[in-house]
Amino acid sequence: MGLLNGLKDSVTRVTERLFSASEPKRIGIYGPPNAGKTTLANRIARDWTGDAIGPESHIPHETRRARRKENVDIERNGKTVSIDIVDTPGVTTKVDYKEFLEHDMEKDDAVRRSREATEGVAEAMHWLREDVEGVIYVLDSTEDPFTQVNTMLIGIIESQELPVLILANKIDCEDSNIQRISNAFPQHETIPLSALEGDNMDEVYDKIAEYFA
Amino acid sequence: MPEATPTDPDAGDGDDGVQIDLISGERMENLTSMEKIRTVLDAVHEGNIVILEEGLAPDEESKLIEVTMSEISPDGFNGIEIETYPKAQTADTSFLGRLMGKEETKKLTVIGPANQIQTLHKDENLISALVSRR
Ligand SMILES: Nc1nc2c(ncn2[C@@H]2O[C@H](COP(=O)(O)OP(=O)(O)O)[C@@H](O)[C@H]2O)c(=O)[nH]1
Ligand SMILES: [Mg+2]
Repeated sequence: MGLLNGLKDSVTRVTERLFSASEPKRIGIYGPPNAGKTTLANRIARDWTGDAIGPESHIPHETRRARRKENVDIERNGKTVSIDIVDTPGVTTKVDYKEFLEHDMEKDDAVRRSREATEGVAEAMHWLREDVEGVIYVLDSTEDPFTQVNTMLIGIIESQELPVLILANKIDCEDSNIQRISNAFPQHETIPLSALEGDNMDEVYDKIAEYFA
Repeated sequence: MPEATPTDPDAGDGDDGVQIDLISGERMENLTSMEKIRTVLDAVHEGNIVILEEGLAPDEESKLIEVTMSEISPDGFNGIEIETYPKAQTADTSFLGRLMGKEETKKLTVIGPANQIQTLHKDENLISALVSRR
């Protein structure tokens, strides 16, 4: 891309920004691997822009690079809330490529995948400190929320004084337990949903508008 | 006078034992965030279990995760296990204390190499680690 083109792009962007009612807020979707972050990000993007963000998978660390969907305009009660969604890799303190071998992968692939995963997690942590203006924290409500990573991440988010919505995902599953999540983080509101089935998305959008407007 | 460092190679022969470094709040107090993280990760790379009397601030925990990720390598270091206990909140809940984030940083923290800790289990008032020798 030529320098001039790049310049033109950024000028267009600046003028767009100047004339839009308010700048979109950068909302990071965080949470442990497999909680349903990408499924949720895709649903939000599809509902309001018509296309998706990235592949969902039962293999952990499918999302290894943070992906962004810009200018998602969510309409609520006659008002429009504009957000940039950042879908992040699941945060973890350890990555072992051998775990990928269990998913029928060759060693080379597994090593590359785990290296991408570590880079993605590092980047997501960095963004949380520098770049993100609000957080949607997704938890799998069939799993125990009292993990060190969850406690640590919520602590980090609180210390940055970012608005945070806690979502209890996978309520379509029989062993889903929403109460366990609200007990774990009583200082925050917990909103139940199924990102896969689309259950309770209306409330999710109400809360997004309320928290991130 | 030579000072003992947590990763002192003479501290144990390292072949068949597991070294545990108990690091006082006082020792960490005057270090920068990066120095604290290095102290922890250098010890963990040696295969040691680190116990921090006063833990890390949220911002430091976030950097610890970031640096840990950048040091993971196949068939080498594969990350950390970490557990913390918040200290009783009664001691320093003054407005100023909260403002300065004091109370949050005072939490007992156990950190070790992920490949050597089989389980790091926590319940209400006990952290229990099953550690394997290298
Ligand atoms: N039953 C059920 N499964 C879900 C739901 N949301 C996501 N999943 C599944 O959970 C797995 C992980 O989803 P993904 O969005 O890739 O998780 P991520 O790692 O947090 O991005 C996939 O197999 C999804 O189909 C949900 O609401 N209900
Ligand atoms: Mg994902």
